[in-house]
Amino acid sequence: MLSETERRELEEAVKHYPDKRGAAIDALLTIQRRRGWISDDLLLDIAQFLEITAEDLDSVATFYNLIFRKPVGRHVAFMCDSISCWIKGCERVQEQIKNLYDVELGQTTSDGRLTLLPIACLGQCERAPAIMIDQDVHGDITPDTIEQIVEKYK
Amino acid sequence: MERPLTQHIHPDGTTRTLREYVKDGGYRCLQKLAAGLAPKDVQRLVTEAGLRGRGGGGFPTGTKWSFVPMGPDAPKPKYIVANGDEMEPGTFKDRVLMEGDSHGLIEGMILAGYALDAEVGYIFLRGEYHLSAQRLNQAIAEAYAEGYLGKTIPGTGFRFDLHLHSSAGRYICGEETALINALEGKRAVPRAKPPFPQTVGLWGQPTVVQNVETFYNLPHIVNHGAAWYHSLSHTQDGGTKIYGVSGRVIHPGWWELPLGTTAREILEEHAGGMANGVRFRGVLPGGISTAFLVEKHLDLPLDFSSLPPQVGRLGTGTMIVLDDHTCPVGFVLNLERFFARESCGWCTPCREGLPWVARILTSFEEGHASKDDLALLDMHTKWLAPGHTFCGLAPGAMAPLQSALQYFREDFEQHISRGRCPWSKKPAQLKVLV
Repeated sequence: MLSETERRELEEAVKHYPDKRGAAIDALLTIQRRRGWISDDLLLDIAQFLEITAEDLDSVATFYNLIFRKPVGRHVAFMCDSISCWIKGCERVQEQIKNLYDVELGQTTSDGRLTLLPIACLGQCERAPAIMIDQDVHGDITPDTIEQIVEKYK
Repeated sequence: MERPLTQHIHPDGTTRTLREYVKDGGYRCLQKLAAGLAPKDVQRLVTEAGLRGRGGGGFPTGTKWSFVPMGPDAPKPKYIVANGDEMEPGTFKDRVLMEGDSHGLIEGMILAGYALDAEVGYIFLRGEYHLSAQRLNQAIAEAYAEGYLGKTIPGTGFRFDLHLHSSAGRYICGEETALINALEGKRAVPRAKPPFPQTVGLWGQPTVVQNVETFYNLPHIVNHGAAWYHSLSHTQDGGTKIYGVSGRVIHPGWWELPLGTTAREILEEHAGGMANGVRFRGVLPGGISTAFLVEKHLDLPLDFSSLPPQVGRLGTGTMIVLDDHTCPVGFVLNLERFFARESCGWCTPCREGLPWVARILTSFEEGHASKDDLALLDMHTKWLAPGHTFCGLAPGAMAPLQSALQYFREDFEQHISRGRCPWSKKPAQLKVLV
């Protein structure tokens, strides 16, 4: 069930578009910010709010990689694996994350702390390689510095 | 050398306040509109200035605008959309602008809206640009509070409303018709063209979608005129360009320079040349959908008119350098994996062809490719050429592959003859480098 606060936020989002459906992505992101991910129940509630079918909304939710239809950890780390970061050794940083936290791309650590996902170029190419954890971007990362960075996210 | 777009951006990464922006001449062109500069005058100025779209396509902005229906019978509302879905690998110029000088985008969009009599704008921002989102939201709120947005601009009868749309990922959103679907809350698959968005776009209404950097140019053109704008450039295309460099150079970064600056000047003077111990082999001049340029091309002016089509195109102007300690096949494999992952899946040649290309390139890196595989790669560059797919994603993916097959063919052949990647046994050297 959507809370009153969440409903009010959705009402706000809808104001930016000529029809409710236009706010589909805003609505999914808004609820995900509070709930962490979009469960089937939430999907149904949001679809009802937007006056579209759940199937229609799910086709949108599953298309966009920043909308999670499965649970994620308390923190989500987005590892840039595009070319500028690849040249500067992102694969070795990723290997180090795997050694330290026993997690591969697409997985969550067993303690539910961190989900590791690949991401298209983060636009931080002048300080490659880069990683974004939650909303924070960290550039010029190395296998030696990555632990210190990840440890800030408990 | 003038740098109208970036001269006031704070070097420490903090944003410019509205007060600073106005003090340095920001929103001044709105007074020109009030003083009688008509929409058609703005259109004429932009056409005469020779402004070309900065998102990679380089389409002349004045021509793009000329297709928008005008006059009392034109459909209403019309929309202005800023494409801030900056996901082209190696490209970070729009982030620099949006983070450093958010009001410049708003002013540019108001001007475009005025010129085209379009009263609503959207900034389509990639979801990962959280700092840009925060600063743009702040700037939009300030512009509303000051009456630049949401109120009739005195003396014009024109008012403009602006919304920020934060997206949720997927590279294909940068394609303008896919972006329109995304803004409507749908899957971001491209639409058939024609009809073009200028006549049938967002919610079926006339819509102009332009790159963020393009909008930043508009206030300066209106304030200083077409002749001044041409004087900024080295070539027939007007204005400056934000160029960038990433890869193993001494100073990766971005610089606003005259359009038509050569790759050699950018790489050697601004990026400081190659990092210690590595040598230049090639460069993608503007994102990964452009063809490699090699040593013999470095003195060509980098703009939208000077590069011969058989050589390549400028793209976004943010270049990625291939050095001699990086395997060109591995480099291209990284690009093709990206394209395969980001294909929207709508048309079969792209959905099936790109993963196939990535698999073949993997077989080169793993050392079990044959001469037939090389021929298959050559064939894909034709099967996925323009005209064979629904949009430009797959043809864009073929540009670096085709040029790599041309300039670095010996490296592909060595992977076959040696049965392994010649670079993969050099971990010690790589460790020293990074």
